[in-house]
Amino acid sequence: MKYIDGFRDPDAAAYLTRRLQAAAARMSRPMHLMEVCGTHTMAIARSGLRQLMPPSIELLSGPGCPVCVTPAGYLNAALALARQGFIIATFGDMVRVPAASGSLEAARAAGAAVEVCYSPENALHLARAHPDRQVVFLAVGFETTIAPIITTILSARQNGIENYSLLCAFKRIPPALSALVADPEVSIDAFICPPHVSAIIGSQAFQPFVADGLPCVVAGFEPLDILYAVTTLAELLQAGRSELINQYERVVRPGGNKRALALFERLLTPIDAEWRGLGAIPDSGYGLVRDAARYDAGERFGLTVGPGLDPSGCRCGDVLKGKLRPDRCPLFGRVCTPIEPAGPCMVSSEGTCSAYFKYVQ
Amino acid sequence: MSEETVVLGHGSGGLLTRDFIKQEIVTRFGDGPLAELPDGARLPACRPDLVFTCDSYVVSPLIFPGGNIGDLAVHGTVNDIAVSGGDPRWLSVGLILEEGLPLATVRTVLDSIAQSADACGVTVATGDTKVVVRGQCDGMYINTAGIGEALEGFELSARRVKPGDRILASGFLGDHGIAVMAVRKGIAIHGAPASDTAPVHNLVRAIGECAPQVRFMRDPTRGGLAAVLSEVVAGQAFGLEVDEANLPFSPGARAVAELLGLDLLHVASEGRMIAICAPEAAPEILSKWRALPEGAGAVDIGRAGEHDKGRVVLATTIGGRRLVGLPSGELLPRIC
Repeated sequence: MKYIDGFRDPDAAAYLTRRLQAAAARMSRPMHLMEVCGTHTMAIARSGLRQLMPPSIELLSGPGCPVCVTPAGYLNAALALARQGFIIATFGDMVRVPAASGSLEAARAAGAAVEVCYSPENALHLARAHPDRQVVFLAVGFETTIAPIITTILSARQNGIENYSLLCAFKRIPPALSALVADPEVSIDAFICPPHVSAIIGSQAFQPFVADGLPCVVAGFEPLDILYAVTTLAELLQAGRSELINQYERVVRPGGNKRALALFERLLTPIDAEWRGLGAIPDSGYGLVRDAARYDAGERFGLTVGPGLDPSGCRCGDVLKGKLRPDRCPLFGRVCTPIEPAGPCMVSSEGTCSAYFKYVQ
Repeated sequence: MSEETVVLGHGSGGLLTRDFIKQEIVTRFGDGPLAELPDGARLPACRPDLVFTCDSYVVSPLIFPGGNIGDLAVHGTVNDIAVSGGDPRWLSVGLILEEGLPLATVRTVLDSIAQSADACGVTVATGDTKVVVRGQCDGMYINTAGIGEALEGFELSARRVKPGDRILASGFLGDHGIAVMAVRKGIAIHGAPASDTAPVHNLVRAIGECAPQVRFMRDPTRGGLAAVLSEVVAGQAFGLEVDEANLPFSPGARAVAELLGLDLLHVASEGRMIAICAPEAAPEILSKWRALPEGAGAVDIGRAGEHDKGRVVLATTIGGRRLVGLPSGELLPRIC
């Protein structure tokens, strides 16, 4: 049980909290720490970590929820395919996200083929099982998820599966963080870096932020992992030092996952991408290389994916930039709840609004 | 959504269940004993000495580690009577069977019903059998009703809870839900728990002397501890605070819950009970429970307080606090 209790130990938590208080007491101004990853956001809410924060430390939730940052236009394109008789394979989080033209859940209830997959491999199985239909996998994700998704291209090639393609909305975390840092409306002093993304791209990928004066800690998902990261960042900020610290050495290496990165090199090319809330960011996405274009549903079926319109009144965009706390959105808890969500941040299990609704309110 | 339909979440024990019962059931039947939504009803107009309950069982698979749909049905009905302050005496058993179900399975389940009823001292007094065409039910469903004799001294209502009262749990919580989920998902984990399906009526009998100090009792089935406490606290002028460090979860249940991303606060038990009592009665109730094998793991898990009115709050091991709510979707369909 040491992997559960060891990382939730009350004495260790009390020790770190004392160090955090001491560092915070010596700070000359309030500091804003962004936890980039949606699973961190959920873990912080679930463990009640926010209440341990001294007044001078504010945790901002970042854009690290793939479903949340995927623009409405993408969902419109997926819905159009679903209604034309394609088999849509998707991770479960996407199914209930509302768009102006409906949701995949509603499309499924109306007879469209929308299949929830736990692994991208499931989508390939669907293609094999339905050789007369086109199966499109909703390839939404950051570096972590991109790796297993693009291995299905190799599998499809190897096994001659022709009726399989990806509707790509791959996103890269570092360019999005650069855009946030450059945004005059957002104030960030340090990053708690996303652990599973770091497992793929390596902790070194955050060195440029450190060089610009923003200390970074790559931290695991347990309460003490995160508390350690916050304490360390507070101490670095207080001392005026910018450093890169990999607290999650049990999973993350400085250079990342070499095999996954080699696969990225082979199959992907950086492209400009549209993020809900953050807008278009140069080189913040990945497209498939020309050689793999036949597996790109957009290319193959002549789809254009625009930014689309966000649901009326929904302020997920501001939540994703850390500009707005979910409970300050006028829709929160009134017209937007997990049962009837108005925006993606209330749907996803990594969504900031969902975390607030479940554990904070 | 243009046309409303039943969704799985309506049966989850969570937010949708609560809203469904409030809007569709209480509005139609809420002017009698059903108003407070007890697990077992008193029948004040005719026989105030009786407790009356009913339940249905649709668990999948029919046979799971630690039990089957038969003993689950007996224990579930017995427990609903017990936590309503009754001594269970008579049961009805209605079987709905699917064409093609092996008779050997039916016999196994009926044997379990007979043995567990015997062990609980209840008589199966009436019953019914229906068979439906293959594909029209999944193997077997069981519907039960139960009648018990009201135990003296219990006056149970969430409205009697006061700040300072203690919250007690009779043992490990969530083992049943995790056991069924693990076998259904094909998760073969060494050390995964077996179902905790068992009767709690002896736990209730054992605290008869403390009855006036007991404010509320419930068995934490669908929706788990979170659903029980959320129900107690709804609309009340007190809050409930639970200490994460004291929550009784078995190592196996914790391991499986971590792997599946489940919150054990939301997971069903089928042989446990929660009691809220006056603070001075808590040590005696715990010692009486711990003297019984089914209460060996009984612990004090928290308190009612003046803060956080109408809310359930978890004091986490690392020193934080967070809200405990009802699950909004369907976590574990067909768990009981």
